[in-house]
Amino acid sequence: MIETRRLKKSFGPQRVLDGVDLRVEKGESVVIIGRSGGGKSILLKHLIGLLSPDEGDVLIEGESVAWMSERQLLGVRRKFGMLFQGAALFDSLTVAENVAFVLQREGRLTESEIGKKVDEALAMVDLGGTQDKKPAELSGGMRKRVGLARAIIYQPQIVLYDEPTTGLDPIVADSIDQLIVRVRERLEVTTVAVTHDMRSARRIGQRILMLHQGRIHFSGTPEEIFQSKDPVVYRFVNGVSDPKEPHF
Amino acid sequence: MNGLATHRVLGWLEGLGRITLLGVEAARSLISQRVDWRGLTYQLYFIGVKSQSVVLITGAFTGMVLCAQTYFQFHKVKMDTATLAVVSVAMGSELGPVLTALMVAGRVGAAMAAELGSMRVTEQIDALRTLATHPVDYLVVPRLSATVLALPLLTAESIAVGILAAYTVGTTLLGIDHAYAWHNMLKYTQPQHVVMGTIKAVVFAAVLALISCYKGMNCREGAEGVGRATTEAVVYSSITILISNFFLTLFLTRLLGA
Repeated sequence: MIETRRLKKSFGPQRVLDGVDLRVEKGESVVIIGRSGGGKSILLKHLIGLLSPDEGDVLIEGESVAWMSERQLLGVRRKFGMLFQGAALFDSLTVAENVAFVLQREGRLTESEIGKKVDEALAMVDLGGTQDKKPAELSGGMRKRVGLARAIIYQPQIVLYDEPTTGLDPIVADSIDQLIVRVRERLEVTTVAVTHDMRSARRIGQRILMLHQGRIHFSGTPEEIFQSKDPVVYRFVNGVSDPKEPHF
Repeated sequence: MNGLATHRVLGWLEGLGRITLLGVEAARSLISQRVDWRGLTYQLYFIGVKSQSVVLITGAFTGMVLCAQTYFQFHKVKMDTATLAVVSVAMGSELGPVLTALMVAGRVGAAMAAELGSMRVTEQIDALRTLATHPVDYLVVPRLSATVLALPLLTAESIAVGILAAYTVGTTLLGIDHAYAWHNMLKYTQPQHVVMGTIKAVVFAAVLALISCYKGMNCREGAEGVGRATTEAVVYSSITILISNFFLTLFLTRLLGA
């Protein structure tokens, strides 16, 4: 369903992605882990066409999207929902207006039908009754839930999560993980999440990929990655720094 | 030194090209996409209604000072009654459009760049794109359309208030004869001056909206990036308005015979 071929991306002299080959099957839940600044979010943004690669290709259901124009990409993006690290809610709109955004823009449904769908989407993320609040009035976890409701209201086939639990306390992080699993099971969506939170990766991923030095260094089930003896994987999973290499 | 100058010129040309492409994309969107009435109405209110006080004060005091200064010079050569004709032509074709555009650039251009810049650094523009919405359709077109609709009206208002204020000052404080002042003003103010002022207002509106939107949507990360984008939006809009005004005056005078 999603495939990248020899994906390369540099920012100035720094090569962030150095030939990433990735394949995600329909209905699969894949978590991409890796060090901070290692290119995980950059890779995720390539999948939905927010960034164009320097070399290589991105295929969505066999269709190459890497070199499409912004207008051509609009149709492809209808298959995706995306939850951003900071939720990226439109702060001039209320919660209900944020969640209803795509449906309002399309103009196919009546106001009452849109209102019903907004209520359903907010109920799905356990946020009923917050319709009239502004994003500034919500906590970090609530903002992420609204972001998720906005991403799933139009029933996309693929949901992308950029650091879904970063900045949240462990209890709220767990509730977000449960929500991601619930969305995957109820809506039968393909899930791709990037995170450096190993607890979260274990809970939501059926397969975990590790991005290291711009390439996929490891791919396996959560059990395989936690039992791996590969020094790079081991150090990351267990949070062990290398004294020879500065980590800041 | 030469390398730095070349780099700057190339950077400036690249920016100019990107703003032109933004303008082309906005024009295409305006023709092919559904009008966002809600966004357009809000922007018309923000740009047109909320700029009233700034525009009225600018127009009135510019008209008054221009009247006073012109009178002081004309009085020496006994041409008092030509004062309002000069004020009317200058306000209609030059000062009205330019000063209104500069004031709107300061108020509205800065707000546009700051708002879009904040949206960019908090990934709201990326979020729009993931929601299958082209940022030009949703963010640029309503702002551009509203500015192009509102600025000519604000300019007309500024010119009218400026002339009225000048007439009041001229006839009450400076003692210019009502009838002659009025007669000369109508005699020397041609329809071409009004047309020139209107065309200039439309061009300035497009310039300031496109530059401000471009600067906001392409700002660098962080609060510093938003601050710099806001400053650059106002400075570049103002400079472009002043430079283009000169060339528009030459071109339109030849075209309209004003």
